[in-house]
Amino acid sequence: MVDRSGTPLVELRDISISFGGIKAVDSVSVDLYPGEVVGLLGHNGAGKSTLIKCLSGAYQKDSGEVLINGKPVEINNPRDARDHNIETIYQTLALADNLDAASNLFLGREIVTPLGFVNDAKMEAETRKIMGRLNPNFRKFEAPVSALSGGQRQSVAISRAVYFNARILIMDEPTAALGVQETKMVADLIEELRKDGIGIFLIDHDIHSVMQLCDRASVMKNGQLVGTVNVDEVTEDDLLSMIILGKAPEKAA
Amino acid sequence: MSQAEPAATGADTPRRNLLAQLEIDTRLLGMIGAFIVVCLVFNVLTDGRFLTPRNIFNLTIQTVSVAIMATGMVFVIVTRHIDLSVGALLATCSAFMAMTQTVYLPQFFGIEIGNPLIPWITIAAGIGVGVLIGCFHGWLVGYLGIPAFIVTLGGLLVWRNVAWFLTNGQTIGPLDAGFLKLGGINGTMGETWSWVFGLVAAAFSLWALFSARRNKISHDFPVKPMWAEVALGAIVSGAILGFVAILNNYEKPARVLAREFEARGLTMPEGYTEAYGIPFSVLLLIAVAVVMTVVATRTRLGRYIFAAGGNPEATELSGVNIKNLTIKVFAIMGALCAISAVVASARLTFHTNDIGTLDELRVIAAAVIGGTALAGGIGTIYGAILGALIMQSLQSGMAMVGVDAPFQNIVVGTVLVVAVLIDIIYRKRIGD
Repeated sequence: MVDRSGTPLVELRDISISFGGIKAVDSVSVDLYPGEVVGLLGHNGAGKSTLIKCLSGAYQKDSGEVLINGKPVEINNPRDARDHNIETIYQTLALADNLDAASNLFLGREIVTPLGFVNDAKMEAETRKIMGRLNPNFRKFEAPVSALSGGQRQSVAISRAVYFNARILIMDEPTAALGVQETKMVADLIEELRKDGIGIFLIDHDIHSVMQLCDRASVMKNGQLVGTVNVDEVTEDDLLSMIILGKAPEKAA
Repeated sequence: MSQAEPAATGADTPRRNLLAQLEIDTRLLGMIGAFIVVCLVFNVLTDGRFLTPRNIFNLTIQTVSVAIMATGMVFVIVTRHIDLSVGALLATCSAFMAMTQTVYLPQFFGIEIGNPLIPWITIAAGIGVGVLIGCFHGWLVGYLGIPAFIVTLGGLLVWRNVAWFLTNGQTIGPLDAGFLKLGGINGTMGETWSWVFGLVAAAFSLWALFSARRNKISHDFPVKPMWAEVALGAIVSGAILGFVAILNNYEKPARVLAREFEARGLTMPEGYTEAYGIPFSVLLLIAVAVVMTVVATRTRLGRYIFAAGGNPEATELSGVNIKNLTIKVFAIMGALCAISAVVASARLTFHTNDIGTLDELRVIAAAVIGGTALAGGIGTIYGAILGALIMQSLQSGMAMVGVDAPFQNIVVGTVLVVAVLIDIIYRKRIGD
């Protein structure tokens, strides 16, 4: 069980964002404790990706507060998020297809030689090390990532988060593009990261995998938070009715 | 060889053939092949006049201006932009530099014509203008979000006519004697220094190959077999020294030498000969090529340029400031236009109103023939230079054969389209 007695790793308080007069996120509050996996559920357009992009720095919130380890922080761009050890794995697999795995892993944080030149050999060596741990079958270190399968690409994206010691990991439908085997690999990885005390926000459509992987689930509908429940205490049907009807079950925490 | 990770290279990339062993880019090989075919065909058609030291010398100095700009165009196209204004920008830089050395410096700053500082100040000022205009373009594209096509289409008209305005449409000349040394035949290294340069360049290439190998070994990466390394080194150093030898074989005509001796108040000894050697403008191109290649492959800036071409959103999410990157890319393009302007006007020995006309098309064509993909993310500096060389060879070869002017342009246009078609087919084949 996750210990929720201390300070949450992340607290999003009353976050709101609008786009052209439409409230995409309407004063939503969620939190995340170390070693916890919190699922974010909801229909397409419910606002879950938008909410989480405030944390990853891709969007700026209109109002509300972000607290990390209890301290309010300002996150204005992806670099700020990285400075707080927040790493994001995007639904669209944010990789540059024309570059190889090592260049993608270190994109924006290249290892350089004392003269300021990128040290490709060192970066490839580090990539081989981390891949040896995460996905030992990975071989294509020389090829551009466009030549990789969905699972291999996902392992590049995940290795990026792991390599840079993420404390807070945001996964936006990490298994959407993957086959059964590869989905299993990602699930194992999430379990392993959780043991290391990393907090994970998992955005997913698939209730089944949320039930399996998450400790708590926060459900959103039309930009508003329907409720947050302990996954152990609800059934899949409860979650479904939260998503579809926007109705929180009575026994919800 | 790698002991630690024997499986890392084994299974899915068996080393099949000779090319794979040498780790040579097959696309590069194809372009060199095409270039050699072009040269041989013209050599036959001109009864051996095409591949003479004299013509090769002329070809290289004719290529320099377009080739320098083409290296910058690679960055522009790789980041999914285009620059239609390079010819006009060259004209503005050229006009500004011509006015600086003949009017501004002598009249407003009291630096007499003939002062040895003039070429340096002029070139610095010209590059400054190029960088400023480039930054401005980049700002319009990156920060204001105007498509590069539109910005530089406007720029084509604006800068062509700014050049006109600066000079009142006049031809400006003669230019400073020191400045003219960068034009080609008016400034060459001479035989001895050309050999020195060739040997240094060959030694440096061998050292680079060796240190790359050592670096790979130190990280337990697979390396190519020693014989392949040696063969590659031999080919590279052979090509460099062969090129120097050819240029050193183009001897100055006797009357030119006689004039030079007269100018120094001496009489030419009987049977005296002297060769041109490597022109300074070609040296400049080599320097630009080396710097641009290092930027492209060894620096963060280059890495971000290619990443932004492959996936702009991902690059931005990785914390790279794409808008700023766009400014840098266009600033580099502007600086290179200014350097090309030095070479182009020095080669003509004066600034003319129509300098650089249609250069934008030659430059884009050179980059594209050289394998730069308009979809972004793919391109090489050496490819663009080879592309420029192939285009120039076609053009001057046809002129030597006596092909009518309209047909020359028809052929060049056709070659551009066919080259891109071949590239598309090639990419499909290798599943890229």
